[in-house]
Amino acid sequence: MNRRTLLATAALGLGLAFGSSASAQGMDKVKACFIYVGPIGDLGWTYQHHQGALAVQEEFGDKVEIAYQENVPEGADAERVLTQMALSGCNIIFTTSFGYMDPTNNVAAKFPDIKFEHSTGYKREHPNVSTYNARFYEGRAVQGHIAGKMTKTNKIGYIGSFPIPEVVMGINSYYLHAKKVNPDVQLSVVWAFTWFDPAKEADSAKALIDQGVDVIAAHTDSTAPLAEAAKTNGTVIGFGQASDMADYKPSPRVASIIDNWNPYYIKRVGALLDGTYEQIDSWAGIPEGEVEIGEITDAVPADVKAEAEAMRDAIAAGTYHPFTGPINKQDGTEWLADGAVAPDGDLLGMNFFVEGITGDIPK
Amino acid sequence: MLRLEKRPSPSRFWQGATPILAVVLTMIAGGLMFAALGKNPFEAIRTIFWDPLFHPQFASYSRPQLLVKAGPLILIAIGLSLGFRAGIWNIGAEGQYIMGALFGAGVGLAFYPADLWFIFPLMVIAGAFGGWIWAMIPAILKTKFNTNEILVSLLMVYIAQNFLSSMSLGLLRNPEGGGFPGSRNLSQYPAASNPELIAGTGMHWGVIAAFMAVIAAYILLQRHILGFHIKLAGQAPRAARYAGVNPTGLVLLCMGISGALAGLAGLFEVSGPAGQISIDFNVGYGFTAIIVAFLGRLNPIGILLAGLLMALTYIGGELAQFMLGLPAAAIQAFQGMLLFFLLAVDLLSNYRIRLAHKKEAI
Amino acid sequence: MFGGIDPALLIASLMVASVPIILAAIGELVVERAGVLNLGVEGMMIMGAVCGFIVSVQSGSAVLGFVGGALGGAAMALIFGLLTQFMLANQVASGLALTLFGLGLSSLMGQSFVGIRPPSTGAVPLGPLADIPFFGRVLFSHDWVVYASIASVAATWWVLKATRTGLILRAVGESHDAAHALGYKVRRIRMLAILFGGAMAGLGGAYISMVRVPQWTDGITSGAGWIALAIVVFAAWRPWRALIGAYLFGGISVLQLNLQAAGARIPVEYLSMSPYVITILVLVIMSSGKGKAALSAPANLGQNFHASR
Repeated sequence: MNRRTLLATAALGLGLAFGSSASAQGMDKVKACFIYVGPIGDLGWTYQHHQGALAVQEEFGDKVEIAYQENVPEGADAERVLTQMALSGCNIIFTTSFGYMDPTNNVAAKFPDIKFEHSTGYKREHPNVSTYNARFYEGRAVQGHIAGKMTKTNKIGYIGSFPIPEVVMGINSYYLHAKKVNPDVQLSVVWAFTWFDPAKEADSAKALIDQGVDVIAAHTDSTAPLAEAAKTNGTVIGFGQASDMADYKPSPRVASIIDNWNPYYIKRVGALLDGTYEQIDSWAGIPEGEVEIGEITDAVPADVKAEAEAMRDAIAAGTYHPFTGPINKQDGTEWLADGAVAPDGDLLGMNFFVEGITGDIPK
Repeated sequence: MLRLEKRPSPSRFWQGATPILAVVLTMIAGGLMFAALGKNPFEAIRTIFWDPLFHPQFASYSRPQLLVKAGPLILIAIGLSLGFRAGIWNIGAEGQYIMGALFGAGVGLAFYPADLWFIFPLMVIAGAFGGWIWAMIPAILKTKFNTNEILVSLLMVYIAQNFLSSMSLGLLRNPEGGGFPGSRNLSQYPAASNPELIAGTGMHWGVIAAFMAVIAAYILLQRHILGFHIKLAGQAPRAARYAGVNPTGLVLLCMGISGALAGLAGLFEVSGPAGQISIDFNVGYGFTAIIVAFLGRLNPIGILLAGLLMALTYIGGELAQFMLGLPAAAIQAFQGMLLFFLLAVDLLSNYRIRLAHKKEAI
Repeated sequence: MFGGIDPALLIASLMVASVPIILAAIGELVVERAGVLNLGVEGMMIMGAVCGFIVSVQSGSAVLGFVGGALGGAAMALIFGLLTQFMLANQVASGLALTLFGLGLSSLMGQSFVGIRPPSTGAVPLGPLADIPFFGRVLFSHDWVVYASIASVAATWWVLKATRTGLILRAVGESHDAAHALGYKVRRIRMLAILFGGAMAGLGGAYISMVRVPQWTDGITSGAGWIALAIVVFAAWRPWRALIGAYLFGGISVLQLNLQAAGARIPVEYLSMSPYVITILVLVIMSSGKGKAALSAPANLGQNFHASR
């Protein structure tokens, strides 16, 4: 998979410490290395990870040396690059794509003194491998609320990349919250089968617009869907994805989900420096600042904006979970009983739409 | 005014000297580019060409990796070179590579978790078959309907990619992977894996197959009537027909061989270094191999060397990226330059450059 | 069956979606008619995309941007021309190297332009024409490049068919030896064709980065150049067929996304492979039609010319 956010099925403990691998003493200087699946210039997934790397440098200055490599294909090439990084004296290596899962664990076996941090995977076969991810569905809930309130045609759209749990989760969260404030809302999903192909993303957005959709959320990385929406002179709105995409403010970009890896990267490198580093499995979201909602612009009416911000704050405070029952699956069977909160395990392996969404998940 | 004069036969001296000249020219031009990017050009060039081979810290690891990276390139390029010599343009090796991997991995996974000795050999056959059948489609369309094989083989790449994503999301998806796309990891299934045969050498079955292909192609082209037919068909199609070469048979044969070898490369890659089928399993070996085939002048020994050189620039380029912070794009441009120079100086081995005098130039 | 898809909108969309492919394909068509096979269309397109984007952002003018895009594509074509026409390098390998080089260089050049919005390319104000039902939406609501792309098809068709320039160009492509014997400067004519091809590919690339998407990101052309190459063969080297081919391909691509958006229950992977499958089928049908189309390939396509005397 050309990278990225597949969530873990196994080991669900959020931020659960495994102990045992804590480095007893700190380090004077850390070389932190990053391996990226795309170009830094993608303005999306890889770009945000690189921002995190730069934030680490900023935070620790001379105590940290940063090295990175972009455009590394998954598979054999990743394994070689990781080994070369390890040989070059990296102390901690962040592997920022799902497809690096097996290479990360393979190389970690050979270099037990080096810490490996794998983004979006679930395998921690060695004590020096940690995993981390973000709860993007929390941001989708806020977007869904705005979408449900803002749509005039009662048709909202979602450009999916690949039918994987992470994306399905986002679609469900988006739809549920739109439906909650607007029972007539209909969702159209277009699967682009790519993470990054601006022309195809633009075409997908156009197809949705041609179908009368007037609010578009995208799970692909470029700004192309927003640019397509911008051509409609304000009748269609959308959201920034992965990065803020502030160039499209105030409309069509009315809000955004920002992947903010800075706090996590700073925390982990800091822990290595001061000797508190431990193996973890982290799945953080809005409360920890790992998922941010970019500025909601004035194109959104003040009351809707206030509601959206209230929802964001409730998620941040831990008082609201976007998947709270009663929720039925698409086929009408019950998934969550009234008041029940979705267990992480269900989310991480989510392969069904919720009730009300038409269309199938490609198999 | 300069004038070109075709040599009666390619100059031996220049055939050996041009690659060196090209590398030197690339170092100069690339050095200028690196300097323009604010990097020390000498350090950058050294990191790309010298460090993977001789750096005390890395070389023991990167040297064998050259074989791992070059193996599939050489294997595919050898197959393509036969067709290219005969004027049959299979540029869809990338798709054949994918289908080889899918067929091979599919057979292996069908037996999971049985531990039987014949599983891997069967996968090898299936991999070759997968590539072969995918190459047969453009070949048969070419022979039956005279459809352009460049185009069909290229379009088949996109279709293969869609199959790949469909398979990694569906049929071949790891049932224990919790709904994530991608197959089981074959390297963790010993009966179906293609491991490093001697630790620390990078040698796996794919590398051995590449060497065998080089030798076989060499013998075929030098000693065998079929090799003669292939060369004749490319150089003088009409003469070939009089000499009894069956053009239909030749298309099927050349496309078949190149497809089967590309399929094998895919199978060895998926069962060894890559480990699993995933949506982005293919990383462009099929296209890079076309360049390798031409850099090696469609000659088996040349292809061997060209494959190793390409692998060196990949691995050295990776080192330069994270040691010196050079952007990946600079490495890509550098590789492009190397190819330009190699192609340009090739002129010297086939032509003499003469100062043209007016009276001669009638 | 596919209720909800408005044919007018669909046709209007596919006209826009096809523009980059048409421009690049027309350029490559002329190059191939002159007997040169340049597989580096993708590399020239992406250089056009980045040059056009940079120029338009710096100058604030979309028109200058397109000029810059054409120049960027032509500069890449110049490298190809020098290699193949003067250094007599293999055309297939040179073209592939051009793509590799273009992808790398464009990304270097574009580094500081990621995430900027270019100035907009306005729609042509056709006033009341755009309000005509159906045809107004389909024909009269586009930006000027859409019209320019169609005009370029017509112009190329006319030049190839009816002018002396076209005759010479075709002569060079059919038999460079004969053309040389007649006194035509084969190399110069081919160089001009290659430069034209580069400029057109550059324009197509610039359209992607300046209008269609519009932004600069690495690898933005994502394979459009390869499709353009396919369209040329598909079109049997005839301009109007290239237009039809590009619309057909663009149409199927847009249609499959529209079908999804409209909720048609067709497996997505098979839908997204359909443009390629259908292109192959059409190719087969056309080339098997008494072998007519296949035979129309320029006889000296891909062969280098060296005047031995």
